Formats: sequence, C-alpha cells, structure tokens
Amino acid sequence: MAVKFDLNEREVWDGAYAASQALRQAQVDVLAAYPITPSTPIVENYGSYEANGYIDGEVIMVESEHAAMSACVGASGSGGRVATATSSQGFALMAEVLYQASGMRLPIVMTVVNRALASPLNVRGDHSDMYLGRDSGWIQLGAFNAEEAYDLTLCAFKIGEDHSVRLPVMVHQDGFTTSHTAQNVYPITDEKAYKFVGDFKPVDDMLDFSRPVTYGAQTEEDWHFEHKARQHKAIMDSRPVIDATFEEFEKLSGRKYKRVETYHMDDAEVAIVALGTTVETALVAARELREEEGIKAGVVAIRVFRPFPLDQVRLALKDVKAVSVLDRSAPGGAMGAFFNEVSAALYTTNARPLVTNYIYGLGGRDFSIAEAKRIFKEQKAHADIGHITTDIQKFSGLRGPEFGYFQTLRG
Amino acid sequence: MAFNYDSYLRMEKMPTLWCWGCGDGVILKAFIRAVDKLGISKDEMCIVSGIGCSGRFSSYVDFNTIHSTHGRTVAYATGVKLANPDKHVVCVAGDGDAWAIGGNHTIHGCRRNIDMTLIVIQNFIYGLTNSQTSPTTPQGMWTVTQKIGNIDPTFDGCEIAISCGASFVARENVTAPKKLEKVFVEAFKHKGFAYVEAMSNCHINLGRKNKMVSAMNNLDWIDSITTPKKKYEALSEEEQLNLLPTGILKQDTDVDEYCDLYKMIQDAHQGKRGKITQDDFKKKI
Repeated sequence: MAVKFDLNEREVWDGAYAASQALRQAQVDVLAAYPITPSTPIVENYGSYEANGYIDGEVIMVESEHAAMSACVGASGSGGRVATATSSQGFALMAEVLYQASGMRLPIVMTVVNRALASPLNVRGDHSDMYLGRDSGWIQLGAFNAEEAYDLTLCAFKIGEDHSVRLPVMVHQDGFTTSHTAQNVYPITDEKAYKFVGDFKPVDDMLDFSRPVTYGAQTEEDWHFEHKARQHKAIMDSRPVIDATFEEFEKLSGRKYKRVETYHMDDAEVAIVALGTTVETALVAARELREEEGIKAGVVAIRVFRPFPLDQVRLALKDVKAVSVLDRSAPGGAMGAFFNEVSAALYTTNARPLVTNYIYGLGGRDFSIAEAKRIFKEQKAHADIGHITTDIQKFSGLRGPEFGYFQTLRG
Repeated sequence: MAFNYDSYLRMEKMPTLWCWGCGDGVILKAFIRAVDKLGISKDEMCIVSGIGCSGRFSSYVDFNTIHSTHGRTVAYATGVKLANPDKHVVCVAGDGDAWAIGGNHTIHGCRRNIDMTLIVIQNFIYGLTNSQTSPTTPQGMWTVTQKIGNIDPTFDGCEIAISCGASFVARENVTAPKKLEKVFVEAFKHKGFAYVEAMSNCHINLGRKNKMVSAMNNLDWIDSITTPKKKYEALSEEEQLNLLPTGILKQDTDVDEYCDLYKMIQDAHQGKRGKITQDDFKKKI
C-alpha cells in the first residue's frame, strides 16, 4: 500500500512535476520510459515516488523510446493502467509503436513535452513532435500551463479508458515554458482524483486466461480498411466523452475546459488561433489592444487537437473578419498543417473570414506580446481593406531576409 | 614546447559545455594527439557523434563532423565509410548511446568489421539528462530512475564487441591519458572495426550520490575497478569478478574488412570476377 503524499491546497509546481503528480494520483500500474530532455523530470519525479513508497506501480527503465512504447503496449494489453512521457526525438523514435497502440485500442496515457525535431539539434520547445503524432490515431490534449498539465493528465485516463473510446491519449505541454516553469497549481486530493479517474477496467486483456485473445492480427485488403475506419469512428465518437469528462472535472475542481477555448470572441473582429503557451501570450496582447487601441481582438485556442474540433473552430470564428493561424512547426513545403485544418473549417462558413498563416517560434524562439499585437493589427488592416494584402504564409520573428508565400485571389 | 591543440579545435566553441573535472576533455585531447602523431589530415577524417555529453565531441573538433541522432553513430558512419572507403571514420558515443538505444547498430558494426573506430566514453550513467540508469550502471548504485538502488545487470562493452566480431578491442582509463593516446593510435592504424572503451568519470551525475563527489574520488574508483590485461589474466576467476581489464584486448588483422568485401560485389558487377560463392570465404557458417 502506497505511503500517503501530503499535498497543500496550493502547490508551486512546474509542468513536469504537475504531470507526474497526476500519474501518481491515477495509480498507474506500469510506467516505462527512456530519458529525453525536457520530459525527463516527469519520469525522475515518478521514480522518486516509487523509491519513497508513494506508488504501488512499476517503473521500467528501458533501452530506447521505441522499447518504452513497446513495453507500454505490452503492459496495457495485459490489462494495466499504463503511462509514459517523452519529447521530440524520443517521440519520433516511438512513431512506429504509436500506431500499434492506437490500432490495438490501448488506452495508454503519454505526456509529450513538446520540443523541436533535429536536425539542427535543438532541445527547446516547438510543436514539431506534436504534429508528427497528428495522424497516429491518438487523442491529443493541449495544456497551456502547469495546472492544465495536471488537470488534463487526470482527464486523459478517464477519456482514453472509457469503454466507448478505448484509445491512447497524449497530453501536450510546451518544453521548458511549461515543463520547467514553476507556477501555482491547485491539486485535488488523492481520494477525489482517484475517484474521478476510477478503477481501470480493461477490455480483452491478456491476463484473462479464461478468454485468450490476440493483439496485432494481420489484415490485408480484406479487413484493414474496416478496422481503420472503425478506429477513426472511435476517435470521432470520443468527442462527447471528452465533453462529459471536462464537465465532470469542472464539478470536481471548478476548472472548466472546452475542446476549443475562446477568449474575447463574443464581439471579436480579428483573431489569432494558436496552440500551447502562445495562447496566453496572444490573450494578453488581445486584452491590451482592446484597452489601448479599441481593436476588437480575440483568441481561439485548441484544447483538443485530435479529434480535431472542426465544428467548434468554425463556430468560434464564424463572425470574425480576419484570422491568423499560428503554426509552431516547420511546414516543410506546404502551408502550416494547423492553418490548413482551420482554413478547411472556415471554408464551410458563410462569411469565410480572411485567413493568414504565421510560422513562428521554431526551436524555442520567443514569441512576444508585441509580436502578437503586430499580427492582430495586420489582421485588422486586412479586415478594413477587405482582403489579404500580405503573403498568406509569413514567418514571425525570423532573422535575415523575409520569406513569404502565396497571395490571395480575392480583392 | 607544449602540444598545441588549437588547430584541431573549433576555438569559437570553447570553453566546452563539459563540467569541470570531466574526463571527456582528456579523451578529446588524447584523440587529437593520436591524430597528430599519425599525421592524419583533419580533412581526411570524419567524426560522427550521437546524443549525450559525448555527442558534443563532434561540435568541438574542426574535422568533417556529423552530430547524429541518439544511438545511431555507427549507422551514419557506415554510410560515410562506404561512400569514402579511403577516409578515416571515427564514431564517438556514450555508454547509453552505444549500448542502450544504439546497441543494435554497435553489434552489427562489429559483425561487419567495417573499418572505423568507435570510441565509447563509458561513464556508467546518462550524464547529460542527469543520472538515469544506463546499461553499464553498476547494480546497487543510485540513479534518479532507481533511487532505491539499480537492479539491472550490466553490459561489458568490450566483451560484447569481441564476441560480435570487432577485430580490435581496447579499454583505457582517463587517468592514463598517454595510454589512451597510444590505444587511439593503434585503433586508427587498425584496418577493421576498432572498439575503444574510454572509461571516464561523471562525478556530477554518477558520483554525487554514489560516494564519489569529486572528480578525484570518481577517478580513484575507476582505477580501483580496472587493471592492465596482463595482470588481469594472472588473477583467479574470483579476483577477476569485480575488475575490468585495460589495454588492447583483441587485435586480429586476419579478418575480412567490410569495404574490401563490398569491393567484391563491385568487381563482380564490373565483370572483373565471377559471382561470389562460399568458396571465397574461409569461414563457411
């Protein structure tokens, strides 16, 4: 029986510590991991809980991230509540097994501390790894600060393990800006947290010897398509479960989460759509611009990146005139992936707001309030003129010659 | 006159990011002196490193360099060598790099006996990410991932390299920089896969919680667990149990080197010889 961990009503935790506390409270059976900056402290903290008797579960140190996710698949298939954490290159190395986990419908929970992908080698935060996982069939939740990292990790177990969902869930937080920045966190008690998450009730686990099962069967053109379509349906159908989980969590903690978060959008004329810590930067910029210059600026933040909340994005942005979608990942020869998804949502609205794309913050490059204000003002100029006067894709905070691609045919 | 290392280093990258008292600098210097002694042009050599403190090696030396991904040094280097069989290729990896995440590539490099040197900086821990258990962390030691004590059995990298077919295998300590330099000279001269384990200290991330808080404590410990090969061989099995032999442990010049083998394929395609058959090889199975 685990030793009781004393928690204060208010704790000062960084994102990594917050995530590891949520793993402790969820009473994870198996955690298998391999060290990588900046997700390492999550496993270190968890390792210290094990050493001090605060948890009853197992911690396995394996020889690579590929092995880590493979061990998670094995443990989850055997009926355990399973978690891990990784970043960047480690995430890339896991890629093969991510698809195994989702295809086998195993509700593994993984904190991904977002970090740039090499080359050039870089340990700072951007969303390259998060984007790499976007087609992997995992549910992806986004935390913008330490408290959200804690809250959403608890929610992740409840969502993924729901018998109508049975899918793995990633909880993303930004490398260093969230993972290594100490902030106020108001944890809920161990008892309440565990009651919220609930006992893990595995389906088709391999330890049920009265009912032998096979994981990872081979299907070719005969059945593969049906499997993948059903898997897609499962993640699409997880939306009401996510909403219900957020509602239940609000009753417990008073903290309200939505799949798409909107800030000052009621009367907004221009908006920034963003992910991660950038949301809070854009929010401060919007508030200041409203006060200083009367520009009706708002922010739309994606809490649940997968399943992509196309309908809610559309609803949030249907009345604005101009939008800038911020992509924190190198687009590699296309418009930003996030821009494409938001644009696709907006194409089916009547108003079809003007949409531009900014690539920003790669490899941890700072994104300032001043820069967010500049982008808002640029959108305001587009809104006033009625069409996009700049290139559609631009780079924010990039040194050297300016890059820009594609121009509008409207106007 | 003191040896001048500057022309071999990217001086704008100095000082290094290695901690004070770290053995990696001793290895770097021994490496440079060995290259200088052999008169190898730095343009004729490619250094491939992985991820970790050892990964910094390629940033500091002014050679052709690749800072690759975690554990994949030998894989990258195999590509470099096959494209440039007349050039020197040196991999630098850590114990986690070479024997955990990259273990597969390391053993297959040994198996092929491709002409390159793999320097493994063996400090018994993941240093850069702050003290996680590596495949060489001794059992019972403290690590951040096993604060109650490590239970995982260890690898002896040299033993594996020998059994996997590396034709040159050596181990030396940073406490003996001259010997280290000599081993590097022999490794660079050797045609075939040369595995060199350079035993180094990490008093910061291994030592601080394992009663080796200073570099000297850590180095003394390394000295206490190693002994020259000749002395080692004269010991009983019981006495050998907690010791590792140093010096050149294997040097076999009579094994086919992979680039030479590859030349057989090229020759066959160019009609210079017939198809390759079992008769071309001494070892048939």
